[in-house]
Amino acid sequence: MKITLKSTYRKAFRGFLATFIAFAFFFSANQTLASGGEEGGKFKAGEMIVHHISDAHSIHFFGPLTLPLPCIVKTDKGFDFFMSSVFMDEHHEMTKTYTSPSTGNTYALHHEQIYVVNGEAHAHDSHSSDTHKEAAHQDHNVHSEAVAVLHDNGTSDTVFVDPIADSLGSGMIAAIEEEEKIMPQEHFSGTPVIDFSITKSVLGMLLMLALVVFIFVKMAKAYEKRKGMAPKGMQNLLEPLVLFIKDEVAIPALGKKRAQKFLPFLLTVFFFIWACNMLGLIPFLGGFNITGTLSITLVLAAIVFIITTINGNAHYWGHIVWPPGVPLPIKFILVPIELLSVFIKPAVLMIRLTANINAGHIIILAFTSLIFIFGEKSQAAGYGVGVFATAFMIFMYFIELLVAFLQAYVFTLLAALYFGDATQEHHHEEAHH
Amino acid sequence: MGGLLSVSIGTAAWATIAFLVVAYILKKMAWGPILKSLEERSQGIENALNEAEKARLEMSKLQAGNEQLLREARDERDKILAEAKALKDSIVSEARTKASEESTRLITAARLEIENQKKAAITELKNQVAVLSVDIAEKLTREKLSDGEKQKALNESLIAEIRSN
Repeated sequence: MKITLKSTYRKAFRGFLATFIAFAFFFSANQTLASGGEEGGKFKAGEMIVHHISDAHSIHFFGPLTLPLPCIVKTDKGFDFFMSSVFMDEHHEMTKTYTSPSTGNTYALHHEQIYVVNGEAHAHDSHSSDTHKEAAHQDHNVHSEAVAVLHDNGTSDTVFVDPIADSLGSGMIAAIEEEEKIMPQEHFSGTPVIDFSITKSVLGMLLMLALVVFIFVKMAKAYEKRKGMAPKGMQNLLEPLVLFIKDEVAIPALGKKRAQKFLPFLLTVFFFIWACNMLGLIPFLGGFNITGTLSITLVLAAIVFIITTINGNAHYWGHIVWPPGVPLPIKFILVPIELLSVFIKPAVLMIRLTANINAGHIIILAFTSLIFIFGEKSQAAGYGVGVFATAFMIFMYFIELLVAFLQAYVFTLLAALYFGDATQEHHHEEAHH
Repeated sequence: MGGLLSVSIGTAAWATIAFLVVAYILKKMAWGPILKSLEERSQGIENALNEAEKARLEMSKLQAGNEQLLREARDERDKILAEAKALKDSIVSEARTKASEESTRLITAARLEIENQKKAAITELKNQVAVLSVDIAEKLTREKLSDGEKQKALNESLIAEIRSN
């Protein structure tokens, strides 16, 4: 009885979800069309996709509804605080410049990067950019596109030659690449600032961290209040997950005793990543892509690296710097590899999580783009493709729900394995079993 | 934020601070109590199971004891019944022996009495006969003495008299 009731609920929920998602896509498709995906009459899928998965200084819900976010920038003259709405023009585009009254700096937003454009006769307008082109040519630090992306460390005077098409890689649809070549490249010059803004990803991260704290502190209180009693409500929902991380991830990787030490971190990481992944899947919320933001996954990976390094025992380091039972010449090959693996392991964690989450978002957005690419040719083709693209997107959405959980699980599991590796004792004896 | 693969120092700084603060808060306020009570509960469940197992064993032991007791009671009853039966049999047989003895004794006594009575009767008869004989002899003697003929007739009548007696 209980099971049938449950499955009925689940079916109803699925039906609701599917309908909701289908609507969401039709709406979000509209919104992308309205929000600069179309420039100069031509729809640029690559630009639209990167625009949607990149971090941003504002949250764009749909139509003209945009939530400005606080910008905190640091330059040589000190910090400046302002809202990102200062850049917004009457067409809801971030084209205006802003001069801070306290530092006197003039800022401009270009591809979600804040630049100082002091002293340059700067009219940020991508369509009449002759002056910028000249400025770019005069500048000796003209970087190639790829360099511009990689060197985005805020130190040098960088000229951006639209990095978007390249950051997507060559795997995009050929038609889009063609469009990119045809379109006149956009030039912009200015000094990047050190940006401490509460961007979309930072805000999402803070919200999810707050949510995780709220839920689990409440849950902990419930445990204290209902001591010795059966779990109830939220406890019932989340306890299996806590036990899953404890019994299926931490204890197998670390053993019962050492698991106690690392379990709080593993649980925090798991629920944080999962919450962030799920937030990114909620439609109409401006498409958060927290775990697809490299800066954030980098921090998570770095914390894993630091914990592994600090807790690494003599046995662990011994195996890295002088692997036992290996002939001397092989040691010369093995030791650098082992040393590199210390860094590669957490780096892989970071890349896997970021790539998986971005890939999911890109696929869904690519299928949305497909509708517009065909819709430009003829309206009927747009509708025809739309039906199939929507069906596939719904399918992808369910996979994404799974991936959201799976990636959180994989990150936690591998972190636990790395910790286990670093703190393991009697390795050889265990290996024989 | 310029591109997808760039790293923003600001974002990373926020992420580091926020994540570490949250990790600390959760460790102190959530995971600690949650894991502790989960551990306590699992310990409690284990204890309860052990207790139940112990109670079950005790129960079965008790049951075995009860059975033993029942069996003993049954045996006792059987023994008592057997004893009672034996007693009854012995009493009955004893009574029977006594009765037969009594009857034998009574019969013997009766027989003795009959014998005695018979003897007494015979003695009485003998005495009567003796008296009668004397009487007859007396009468006879008187007649004889008076008339011979008459004596003879008298004799005859006396004899007849004796005979009728």
